[in-house]
Amino acid sequence: MLHRGLLDIESLPREEVEAILLRSKDFQPPAGETFKRSDTLKGKTVVNLFFEASTRTRMSFEIAAKRLGADVLSIAASGSSVSKGESLVDTLNTLGAMRPDAIVMRHSASGAPHFLSRYLPIPFVNAGDGTHEHPTQALLDALTIIDRRGSLERLRIAIIGDIAHSRVARSNVFLLSKFGVQVVLCGPASLLPREMGQIAPGLELTSDMEEAIRDVDVIMMLRVQLERQHEAAFPANEYFQFFGLRPEHMELAKPDVIVMHPGPINRGREISSEVADSQRSAILNQVGNGIAVRMAVLERVLAG
Amino acid sequence: MSRLLIQGGRVIDPAQNLDRVCDLAIEDGVVREIGTNIEDPGGSERFDASGKVVAPGFIDIHVHLREPGFEHAETIETGARAAAAGGFTSVCCMPNTQPVNDNATVTTYIRAQANRHASVRVYPIGAITKGSAGEELSAIASMKEAGAVAISDDGRPVMNARVVRRAMEYCRSLDLPLIEHCEDLHLSAGGDMHEGLISTRLGLRGIPRSSEDVMVARDLILAEVTGCRYHVAHISSQYSVEMVRYAKGRGLRVTAEATPHHFVLADTDMHPYDSNYKMKPPLRQNQDVRGVLEGLVDGTVDAVATDHAPHAGSEKMQEFERCPFGIIGLETALGLALEQLYHPGHLDLPSLVALFTHKPAEVLSLPGGNLRVGSPADVTIFGTDHEWIYDVNRSPSKSRNTPFSGWRFRGGPLAAFVGGKLVWQSDLL
Repeated sequence: MLHRGLLDIESLPREEVEAILLRSKDFQPPAGETFKRSDTLKGKTVVNLFFEASTRTRMSFEIAAKRLGADVLSIAASGSSVSKGESLVDTLNTLGAMRPDAIVMRHSASGAPHFLSRYLPIPFVNAGDGTHEHPTQALLDALTIIDRRGSLERLRIAIIGDIAHSRVARSNVFLLSKFGVQVVLCGPASLLPREMGQIAPGLELTSDMEEAIRDVDVIMMLRVQLERQHEAAFPANEYFQFFGLRPEHMELAKPDVIVMHPGPINRGREISSEVADSQRSAILNQVGNGIAVRMAVLERVLAG
Repeated sequence: MSRLLIQGGRVIDPAQNLDRVCDLAIEDGVVREIGTNIEDPGGSERFDASGKVVAPGFIDIHVHLREPGFEHAETIETGARAAAAGGFTSVCCMPNTQPVNDNATVTTYIRAQANRHASVRVYPIGAITKGSAGEELSAIASMKEAGAVAISDDGRPVMNARVVRRAMEYCRSLDLPLIEHCEDLHLSAGGDMHEGLISTRLGLRGIPRSSEDVMVARDLILAEVTGCRYHVAHISSQYSVEMVRYAKGRGLRVTAEATPHHFVLADTDMHPYDSNYKMKPPLRQNQDVRGVLEGLVDGTVDAVATDHAPHAGSEKMQEFERCPFGIIGLETALGLALEQLYHPGHLDLPSLVALFTHKPAEVLSLPGGNLRVGSPADVTIFGTDHEWIYDVNRSPSKSRNTPFSGWRFRGGPLAAFVGGKLVWQSDLL
């Protein structure tokens, strides 16, 4: 169970990942139907605290909590006391005094939920912390792969793009390595620090897109995060030419390769429209699975 | 006439090649005699130092006392008390106050405050440039006249090489040392910890080792060209230590200091996102810890300095990337040095004492650092074996930012005398 919350994938045992994924399957609605409602979390209050702009993740957590019968409060940083200069600890102490049962938090600072959970007894669910981790994204990605492939065993997966600044990449690397997946990280060297190759077992690094894609089962494209670029780590105008995913790349991968992207996608920057809208794209399945996975996580944090 | 007899201790004064069990007689605040079984002419106060080490008062050439301007984090009075509790009888305070110590008026103010409130000797360090903005030279000669012992833009390194060159030339004519906090701000921009596997794993922006090395290399070249006395603050990179060794081999007037945290801890020892491990330079890798240690052993590094950097609790209770850099260190310096340098046998006791006494004194041409007859009786008494645990909540410092609270030490400071006057003694006595 996750009674202390979910801060990151790195410290989560494989068995816990498996339990969450298994339970997520129960929450996936049959085709054409919507998510079932239940009373599992009736009487519980979940606060969604988003210090960074987000539409899909916040909505996804909100729907997940409501489908389980919890009361949900969503707070965006602008318009809250944060903009009045209150410190993060003071804001959270104030919130904590109102006795929510869990806080779902996104923050631009790496480690912000880890720092807070040292001082506050409330369970935190990390909805993305800076360039560190985005645990529920990795879980929903894993569920999406399992839907199409049956399991994670013996897969080869390429993650392509701005690895250095990606919390999605880190969480996926930590999760996939627990299952022995071969992961190829690909991007220009200025976005792919050598040390990335050592953060988990079974990683390969390359700056050659074709080498990265050859014979892979899954291609995960990352958003080019111009907002996280403190300086020009790559020439933006030639990025698509060397690291954008295009139809001709699909020939190199396994015939039934899955293309994923955490969204929001930049068409024509890291992925072409032809690929994003193709049969191989699982991008919209990822969005749907986000709700199922977050239901499973919230249930494990709050139920019982 | 006031007399003090410190009896039966192991008197270690590396400046005089002295290491023997004997007595130390102090008269009117000045060392009068060192010898065995010194007779009390009557009326002497006595201090039993048997089983303890009696050393010249320790000198810390790198502290931040935060006054004027940041008295919520530390004052000259509280910083001096923390110094005494660490066995330091002299400290040199960096100029990054508010206002910056970039003119004789501020220098004079700091000395006056120290005279009124400080239990230890305080030597101000002036700024290299006005407001430490890195552009226009500050009133360096006037500050020297007012008592500044060196210049530095610590924390805000001078990025413009031309400005550094001019400052070095000017300092040469004054025989004043220039201290650089070596960090190329373009290379380190936005960084929160050492750039390496740990920063990559934690998703924290890195401060690369090269940001230090590039600056040390630049400055050593300029120090040679100008003939300036040049001192590297808080050296933390193995490569930088090698460069300083090379420069000394070429006969340059170059010195370096190392902080205890840089020869004790590496980035792998950090508690994730704990701001008590956030400082500049950052905790680097094991090879760097070894490099700094080797520098201390072979004399490349001249002094242990703490870079005592108090920050109020609320400033350190933030997201890691928003927390200010720096930790306090006066009270743990000797314990850490004994633990890391003496107990494992890297340095004998006289060599260790030298790093706290006459060697830092020579780096900045300070009085003191020895127990020669006729010198001011600044004396540090310490033990090498007694067990104690550091509890920061009992610190005289106003701040609590340290990773060493709760650490167990073998040996540490027991008492401090400034001008023959007892300014601090441990509860353990």
